[in-house]
Amino acid sequence: METASLKHAEAAEAFLRDEENADWHNETLWFVRSKRDRAAHSLPEWEQLREQASQIKTHTLSRLDDYLIQLEENAKKNGITVHWAANGDEHNRIVHSILQQHNASKIVKSKSMLTEECHLNPYLIERGIEVIDTDLGERIIQLRNEPPSHIVMPAIHLKKKHIGDLFHQHLGTEAGAEDPQYLTEAARIHLRQKFLMADVAITGVNFAIAETGGFVVCTNEGNADLGAHLAKVHIACMGIEKVIPKAEHLGVFLRLLTRSATGQPITTFSSHFRKPGPGQEMHLVLVDNGRTRQLASPDFRNSLKCIRCGACMNTCPVYRRSGGHSYHTAVAGPIGSILAPNIDMKEYADLPFASTLCGSCSNVCPVKIDIHQQLYKWRQVLGEAGAVESSKKMGMSGMDVLFSHPWLYRFAGRAGRWLMQKFPSLANKPSLNPWAIHRDMPKPPAQSFRDWYAEQNKKTNG
Amino acid sequence: MNVGLFIPCYVDQFYPQVGIATLRLLESLGVTVTFPMEQTCCGQPMANSGFQRLSAGCDKNFIQNFANCDVVVGPSGSCVLHLKDHLHSDERPDEAARLRANVYELCEFLTDVLKVESLPNARFPHRVGLHTSCHGQRGLGLSSMSELVAPTFSKPEQLLRMVDGLELIELTHPDECCGFGGTFCVFEEALSSKMGKDRVADHLRHGAEVITGGDMSCLMQLEGVLRRQNSSVKIKHIAEILAS
Ligand code: SF4
Repeated sequence: METASLKHAEAAEAFLRDEENADWHNETLWFVRSKRDRAAHSLPEWEQLREQASQIKTHTLSRLDDYLIQLEENAKKNGITVHWAANGDEHNRIVHSILQQHNASKIVKSKSMLTEECHLNPYLIERGIEVIDTDLGERIIQLRNEPPSHIVMPAIHLKKKHIGDLFHQHLGTEAGAEDPQYLTEAARIHLRQKFLMADVAITGVNFAIAETGGFVVCTNEGNADLGAHLAKVHIACMGIEKVIPKAEHLGVFLRLLTRSATGQPITTFSSHFRKPGPGQEMHLVLVDNGRTRQLASPDFRNSLKCIRCGACMNTCPVYRRSGGHSYHTAVAGPIGSILAPNIDMKEYADLPFASTLCGSCSNVCPVKIDIHQQLYKWRQVLGEAGAVESSKKMGMSGMDVLFSHPWLYRFAGRAGRWLMQKFPSLANKPSLNPWAIHRDMPKPPAQSFRDWYAEQNKKTNG
Repeated sequence: MNVGLFIPCYVDQFYPQVGIATLRLLESLGVTVTFPMEQTCCGQPMANSGFQRLSAGCDKNFIQNFANCDVVVGPSGSCVLHLKDHLHSDERPDEAARLRANVYELCEFLTDVLKVESLPNARFPHRVGLHTSCHGQRGLGLSSMSELVAPTFSKPEQLLRMVDGLELIELTHPDECCGFGGTFCVFEEALSSKMGKDRVADHLRHGAEVITGGDMSCLMQLEGVLRRQNSSVKIKHIAEILAS
């Protein structure tokens, strides 16, 4: 079996080898977390808002089937074609078949983590479709042939220099140019052409409203709107957990989403789509891909409340220092580490362990997901299922024996301290003790507390 | 009130002075303390690694040792949190529940149960950085958290302010994790060390002479980094400062 938990650990170790870059990544994300704090503290009712959002989501999940059926009915009434996909493959097939019906060969896509999760881009590209991501960050990583490292800021791991080089190579900008204004301008011109040529626009969905059959897409660049309005066909893809009951609930989520994500009071564009424009077609693809399985599990159901704001990543001390790619899944960070093992337990068994369980993620989460507690629960599930490396399990069984037998514990303690005193270089040898690669072991005292205590008792009692 | 002293395994083995300070501090405040000699570990290492089931032996041993105590007090937020959340027994479920409800981290025991308002003998004339440990802070609620929009408070800080001559320094990241994280410190060695380094740097930048906290495991992590850097900055558990 693969040594599962080494996967994240190894990737993080590699990321950290360039310490300066890791520090820069850490500070950049902390800056976003600080902006989130300022935005949250500007609303005295922040905690009530989180509670409200959490309750709306809990309620929706408890009747998810009803709300989805209601959404479908109302969307159809509005003239939207609704599709259901059980998994990523089916989702990709549905999208492709719509493209085929329209003989479409060029599409523009606005950022959608669901399509990342389903690996839509490679699926379509293999079938001869030109897929252009139109979110600036997404376009950048698409040109680099990389997955996003963050769900809200997909290219946050890259510096201006990287982007300058990339644009020089692909868009013909001047060599060495790093001015964001200049580079953005170049990207805009490049994307404009793509928008105009596109047959079909694909967008994600931030919130779908059961009551109205409409949906809302939030972007800072307006690229979703441009795409959807220019193309003849608009395909919106959503995970089934994105439904909310009523339009009146939107305000709660829109106030929380961007404050949590980037510290902005609201996204620049929160576009409401209700029905196709004249001469246009609108499709809504509802995707399960493991979500009903998550829903059926009382321990992990809560994670479906996620509105993909990314706040848990920005605050996570592990994410900040290991980069998003170390999570080797579409949704990185703490929430990704809960969602991924549900999709493939063996492949992602390392992720719930890529955390110190510090709990900061649960505190920033605008919908109050008990993220770190779910990570703890995943560890138990993985341990039970035999998905944790056997060496770890053996170590833990050994500790069980040791700590269940006080005499053995006392003996081992004494022996261990004796060894460390006699052979300090052994205890601090990195090849024997990973602790000692970057840190020193404590100096072993001559006497344990227990021995001291026994001695005191003897002295006082005679 | 019969108070049982819980000294976690690694404190027992590596930091006996913390156990001694905790005992002396409690006794100086008029508390009768017993130390059950057969205690070992809270079981957290196994549970955190995904083998909570393997901590049953620890749980059983813990319950046996502390069954005669009204409350249990320990100088480690992380171990106390583990017991509060997970101490379990199929044979003695009531006893497990009673102990879960009556186990305290040292600082909260001082502020909330003993309601200590002054420590007339405590004197520690140094610039001190307080490392806020995650399990104590977010798990046990020992202090307010930077993520929440809520009034600020800190039980450890409240106690440190009672110490004559002590100067508490400000930190840029008052509640960032030190990276210890139980077995995380070994299985994610590179990350864990980096987090420890960053945490230490924040204290050094603000001129700490001593770094303290309520969780010896976090402090062991920070000490490991300091010693590797040959730093003169010292680590002291909060019990050692309050008992000084
Ligand atoms: S889990 Fe919470 S904090 Fe993380 S992305 Fe989802 S909503 Fe945001």
